[in-house]
Amino acid sequence: MATAHSRSAARIMIAPAVFLLLVWMLVPLCMTLYFSFADYRPLRATFDAWIGFDNYVRFVSSSSFLRSVGTTLWMVGGILSITIVGGVLMALLLDRQMYGQGIVRILVIAPFFVMPTVSALVWKNMFFNVDNGLFSYLYKFLGLQPYDFLSQAPVFSIVIIVAWQWLPFATLILLTAVQSLDSEQLEAAEMDGAPVLSRFRFIILPHLSRAITVVILIQTIFLLSIFAEIFVTTNGAFGTRTLTYLVYQRVLESQNVGLGSAGGIIAVILANIVAIFLMRIVGKNLDN
Amino acid sequence: MSIMKTLLTTAVGLGLTAGIAAADGHAKTITIATVNNGDMIRMQGYTDQFTEQTGINVEWVTLEENVLRQRVTTDITTNGGSFDIMTIGMYETPIWGANGWLVPLDDLSDEYNVGDILPAMAGGLSHDGTLYAAPFYGESSMVMYRTDLMEAAGMEMPDAPTWEFIAEAAAAMTDRDQEINGICLRGKAGWGEGGAFITAMSNSFGARWFDEDWNAQFDTEAWANTVNFFKNMMDASGPAGYATNGFNENLSLFQQGKCGMWIDATVAASFVTNPDESTVADSVGFALAPDNGLGKRSNWLWAWALAVPAGTQQEAEAKQFIEWATSTDYIELVAGNEGWANVPPGARTSLYENPEYQKVPFAQMTLDSILSADPNNSTVEPSPYVGVQFAAIPEFAGIATEVSQEFSAAYAGQQTVEQALANAQEITTEAMEAAGY
Amino acid sequence: MARAITTKQKVIWTALAWAFGLLMFFPIMWTFLTSFKTEGTAIADPPVWFFFDWTLENYTAVQERSNYPKALMNSIIIAVGSTLLGILIAVPAAWSMAFVPGKRTKDVLLWMLSTKMLPAVGVLYPLVLLAKWLGVMDSRALLIVVLMLINLPIIVWMLYTYFKEIPGEILEASRMDGASLRSEILYVLTPMALPGIASTILLNIILAWNEAFWTILLTTVDAAPLTAFIASFSAPEGLFYAKLSAASMMAIAPILIMGWFSQKQLVRGLTFGAVK
Repeated sequence: MATAHSRSAARIMIAPAVFLLLVWMLVPLCMTLYFSFADYRPLRATFDAWIGFDNYVRFVSSSSFLRSVGTTLWMVGGILSITIVGGVLMALLLDRQMYGQGIVRILVIAPFFVMPTVSALVWKNMFFNVDNGLFSYLYKFLGLQPYDFLSQAPVFSIVIIVAWQWLPFATLILLTAVQSLDSEQLEAAEMDGAPVLSRFRFIILPHLSRAITVVILIQTIFLLSIFAEIFVTTNGAFGTRTLTYLVYQRVLESQNVGLGSAGGIIAVILANIVAIFLMRIVGKNLDN
Repeated sequence: MSIMKTLLTTAVGLGLTAGIAAADGHAKTITIATVNNGDMIRMQGYTDQFTEQTGINVEWVTLEENVLRQRVTTDITTNGGSFDIMTIGMYETPIWGANGWLVPLDDLSDEYNVGDILPAMAGGLSHDGTLYAAPFYGESSMVMYRTDLMEAAGMEMPDAPTWEFIAEAAAAMTDRDQEINGICLRGKAGWGEGGAFITAMSNSFGARWFDEDWNAQFDTEAWANTVNFFKNMMDASGPAGYATNGFNENLSLFQQGKCGMWIDATVAASFVTNPDESTVADSVGFALAPDNGLGKRSNWLWAWALAVPAGTQQEAEAKQFIEWATSTDYIELVAGNEGWANVPPGARTSLYENPEYQKVPFAQMTLDSILSADPNNSTVEPSPYVGVQFAAIPEFAGIATEVSQEFSAAYAGQQTVEQALANAQEITTEAMEAAGY
Repeated sequence: MARAITTKQKVIWTALAWAFGLLMFFPIMWTFLTSFKTEGTAIADPPVWFFFDWTLENYTAVQERSNYPKALMNSIIIAVGSTLLGILIAVPAAWSMAFVPGKRTKDVLLWMLSTKMLPAVGVLYPLVLLAKWLGVMDSRALLIVVLMLINLPIIVWMLYTYFKEIPGEILEASRMDGASLRSEILYVLTPMALPGIASTILLNIILAWNEAFWTILLTTVDAAPLTAFIASFSAPEGLFYAKLSAASMMAIAPILIMGWFSQKQLVRGLTFGAVK
């Protein structure tokens, strides 16, 4: 189908997007790269254009670096597992015949529309707050000591907030996949007396694998850059400092743009390693 | 087709609107960045009067403290020119002033009477003797306590308590069944939150951030004493989530009657004695921030001040606004409408000489607290830095935020105080080396 | 799975699904309720549910303190503008990737996605300096462009997956009939991919609406959207739960309502090529 004519047309048509993204990526990236080799500390009015790899060495050798990478992985991993498991169950549930299906669906997807800042503020103050939060009332009602979520289980608390926002997204994508299930095949399996679990294991799960990889890919892209939720709830305290947050601290709080830029470049490299790894899996999955 | 056409028209239309809106700048409009504290919100309410008097329009950008800092710091360091007036504090002013980023306020009018600004405030907002920001309100910190609970505990608060007494009283006032915590203090991470408190407190324990050669001092016994004392007292008599409590959290706890004592900003006095907001308004007493008999108390000094960034196109208008907002007339305007207890405190000497204001229960204690804080001589042993609860060097905010995170983690029981101090020492040493000290 | 099920089963599934639905929705519901309470009632122990003196005072207070209509207008313009601009650029790109795939197509697609991995704060100074240099700080045009670029990879990818599901023969047939490339895309492809385009638009409006880093740091007054509006209510002095709730509801209500009305379109198209 592809003629020489349409090929050149294709190249022209893809050009604006590629060009824009290249500019978007390259200009700030090159500037960041440039800054990362500079001693750039605006508050001291210091700008020394070339100090070699000092910033990189300093960023990587600081004890907070490895910890922040670990925190990032924990957080992203936690959110992904909750949204995937929850999403599959929710999708299967929403697929059933029930009264008021439309309304339930609206209720379930609503969190996805809430601004991250707003949801972090609401969760922090009205749910997790140990003195006036709803969870504390619940604990007291059950005769337990109120639990201070944000200082005792900080990463978990943030995972809950973000998972709450992204569970609807996972559910929606998985729901479309569930709806395309071959119901005859399922019924046949049911007739054969296959138990629920093995039906799930051998028919439903393989069918959903593609959707699951898509959810993982897209969510990872967004989750690697979560910021507002940490900024609002713990400000990076109690071991909730992700790599993104560490870069933020270096650039804005310490006002060391050189060091922060080096951190940014390192974050890009690490994120791309994750991305390539993910793409391999997804790419494979999307091809069949 | 029709869809694409609509899309196109809409997009073009939007672009045009955006372009027009961007070009639509008034000659006489000043833009002010400010923090969302009660006194500033009140000031916004009176802006109309300023506009009526001068014909200058005012646009407000009101942001939460942390977001505000991000926004104005980025703007000033990149010479962004987004604002004509910025609300900044005692930490930023001397640093920015030294860099030539602020317009010196050395030509304010005679009726404004610069000499009336409290010397402690004027000193903290100057660099090399030049005033760079005018204080909108100033504060120190002091003890606010429940007179009824104190009485019930059979104790009496001296005007100048010691830390020993505070810990003892806190234990006596604590009643977990009634949800009454003997003492509420800031444990929240952040240099302006728990970091400010513990630094001011450490002064009274004989600790300091740096020795005269800028070496970090967290490995000293004085710091260990400070943090251990704080943690032990709070574990025994503080609220459950004190490691995440900052000014706002403690304020609402106190207003709900859940705190016996609260040591915090003097401006809070008007909130906790305001019967509209506070359930304990009529039983609040005040005392100086505690000490340890070492000659330094644990109170800080701070001002929220208005400054004009260099390079603004509306310097004259901006100064006009500053003169209006930080004048005695403005104070009288607020006093006339909302009572003397609600005027912005701590900025002007004349306010404390006003017999009307002297009737306000916390006026004298506020003044005494402010007068007892000396940014140039805040520590028991000599230190190279200026500032009571901070060190006025550009690196401090970043370092102190990380250090206070270590402390908060210790308060929450995630690490020991010793570990926290060791980490703090490492973080500070590392950052100071990077900064070339 | 259209199978005949007993009423009893249906009731059980209904109960379960409603329970989960309400659980998910609860935080929003609670915020909604709190926004009509007084500050005192908002922290009452035990919590008050429905029977309290409903008051609009928080909404009035929030309204008095800020220019909500302007922030709302800016949010709408920026979210819709950046999405439509993105669609305009992405449709041709996705067309060529889907129908004239080359050896490098998949790599280009993956590369586009990877541009999203740049941590925003890492490029803060570069972008602020650029914006200042171009003199476009605090303009809606700047935010439209920045948010468009941030979301462009997602738009291209979503469209690509829809286009790929459209059989190439149909396009070919139209070409045989002598249709030009332009009319091929406009009259044949676009109508067929409309559900996909619609859901792409919806998703990206949501993403742009909720973006809270650039929209605060690149704006002052003229272009400040609802995210900046919320930043002025996030931690004021004293009791603030009720006012915070009111401000939060005002910030999320428009997008929530849009989402609910369009959820069918959103659901129909939100597949990212996940279904085959």
